[in-house]
Amino acid sequence: MFIKGKVIKYGDNIDTDVIIPARYLNTSDKKELAAHCMEDLDSTFIKRVKSGDIMVAGKNFGCGSSREHAPIAIKESGIACIVAKSFARIFYRNAINTGLPIIEYDGEIDEGDVIEIDFDGGKIINQTKNKQGSIAPFPPFLQNIISEGGLLNSLKQGG
Amino acid sequence: MTLTQKILAAHVSGKKQLSAGDMIMADIDLVLGNDITSPVAINEFEKAGCCNVFDCGKIAMVMDHFTPNKDIKAAEQTKKVREFARGKNINNFFDVGEMGVEHALLPEKGLVTAGDIVIGADSHTCTYGALGAFSTGVGSTDMAAGMAYGKAWFKVPTAIKFNFHNKLNKWVSGKDVILHIIGKIGVDGALYQSMEYGGEVKNLTIDDRLCICNMAIEAGAKNGIFSVDDVTLKFLSECGAKQPKIYNADGDGDYQKIYDIDLAQIQSTVAFPHLPENAKTFDEFGDIEIQQVVIGSCTNGRLSDLRVAAEILKGRKVHKNVRAIVIPATQKIYLDALNEGLLTIFIEAGCAVSTPTCGPCLGGHMGILAEGERCVATTNRNFVGRMGHPKSEVYLASPEVAAASCLTGKITSPQTL
Ligand code: SF4
Repeated sequence: MFIKGKVIKYGDNIDTDVIIPARYLNTSDKKELAAHCMEDLDSTFIKRVKSGDIMVAGKNFGCGSSREHAPIAIKESGIACIVAKSFARIFYRNAINTGLPIIEYDGEIDEGDVIEIDFDGGKIINQTKNKQGSIAPFPPFLQNIISEGGLLNSLKQGG
Repeated sequence: MTLTQKILAAHVSGKKQLSAGDMIMADIDLVLGNDITSPVAINEFEKAGCCNVFDCGKIAMVMDHFTPNKDIKAAEQTKKVREFARGKNINNFFDVGEMGVEHALLPEKGLVTAGDIVIGADSHTCTYGALGAFSTGVGSTDMAAGMAYGKAWFKVPTAIKFNFHNKLNKWVSGKDVILHIIGKIGVDGALYQSMEYGGEVKNLTIDDRLCICNMAIEAGAKNGIFSVDDVTLKFLSECGAKQPKIYNADGDGDYQKIYDIDLAQIQSTVAFPHLPENAKTFDEFGDIEIQQVVIGSCTNGRLSDLRVAAEILKGRKVHKNVRAIVIPATQKIYLDALNEGLLTIFIEAGCAVSTPTCGPCLGGHMGILAEGERCVATTNRNFVGRMGHPKSEVYLASPEVAAASCLTGKITSPQTL
């Protein structure tokens, strides 16, 4: 898998309440959720995000609630991948289970940079800064869930 | 192995030994969902072409977040879950009239016992570690897979051990303990790890333990868990829980870090906006005026919380600038509080008392904050916009501090009353 896109960057501890505030959780409609994605932190996000953009953040991304509405809203907004220093664990598993690509990476990336992620080659290339770093692949167990098209499909295959 | 690793190993067929980092598919004893996460899980369940649930006795659905339904959309969501539960014969479906905040309700109903694996599509599912279970929050897709196959995947975690010593002082409780710990290790201080509690746990009540485990997620932990003792066993038998299975860690050698916590040194602690790790004791801040107090939630809406709040509020009046909202966490707690006269004390003091609901805890309904307002809440999160306007502020505290603050209109230590 190979993803290339422009970076929208946030800080540490981006919590699920700012990704999608609870006042919008009375629906599970993807489009409605995406329309409010990040609004309490950055009301410009939903206006400027373009399909294929990459969200970059600091440590503990997605901390807080178990709401799968959070990765759903981010994915539906057009974000192709999230790169963070670390992820909160429920967000991490929700992203895997719902097929939103995520990568843990601690290299230099700034707002507006164009980066390329080569999942199979284990590389991340910052084209704007002309820098390159390596990323750890998912354990085979998780790769299997991803390649089977999510958790339910992989269990159906007799996993 | 750690206590958590022992429980996980017992739920993977053919595994006696597990190591941190192993990826496992484990059998689960209970799957939980609520009115927000279940509809998404039901969508996934149906989308995957699943027809039957793996065991209709091992699924619990609790309609607690936006109920009694706050608007039409919430009503539609609840309806969807209600119809699914009926169709699949899920008897542990708790609707308005018998529901409570899920993490207060399940232990009370005896649905969790020591040694169980519980997954819940709610991050505070980690609460049941207080009963010696491995329980952890997951997402809706995990819930759907759990309902269909009775299984969940885990990466076997490492653990941090906390050994308690001595006793808590008057007006200090489990909430102060966990806010103190999160203040010390940070909101990602236990990321991907277990928080295991041992030492003189006999000095902590079950309600203290439930509160301490409830907020494990606020330190990023996978789970929090107490070793089982007589206090646990007595509670489980009173609630009619299944036969407990007791596991013990092999020894302190398997822990990444060990902290000694002297309970006698812990003071009333308040977590300032907008992270639970911003823990401060009263010597570290001055006067902070507040407009609202919320006493309730899966963290501190239990009978002992209401009792201690009533002890402080008895015969006194809520400050004129404060809206005080008291929400018993379950119907049983509500009724017990009524019979003990606690509700009379609250109402006479000038509090609003509500039927069980998550309500304001997640900014749902029943006490939303306007721009610039501050609230002292016994809940567990103080993120931006958590209880309403993005420019409102939530200060997390014990029921003792919350009740004291009702009286003065400022964040107040119960010791100073
Ligand atoms: S009381 Fe608050 S933290 Fe607990 S389950 Fe409800 S919304 Fe979540």
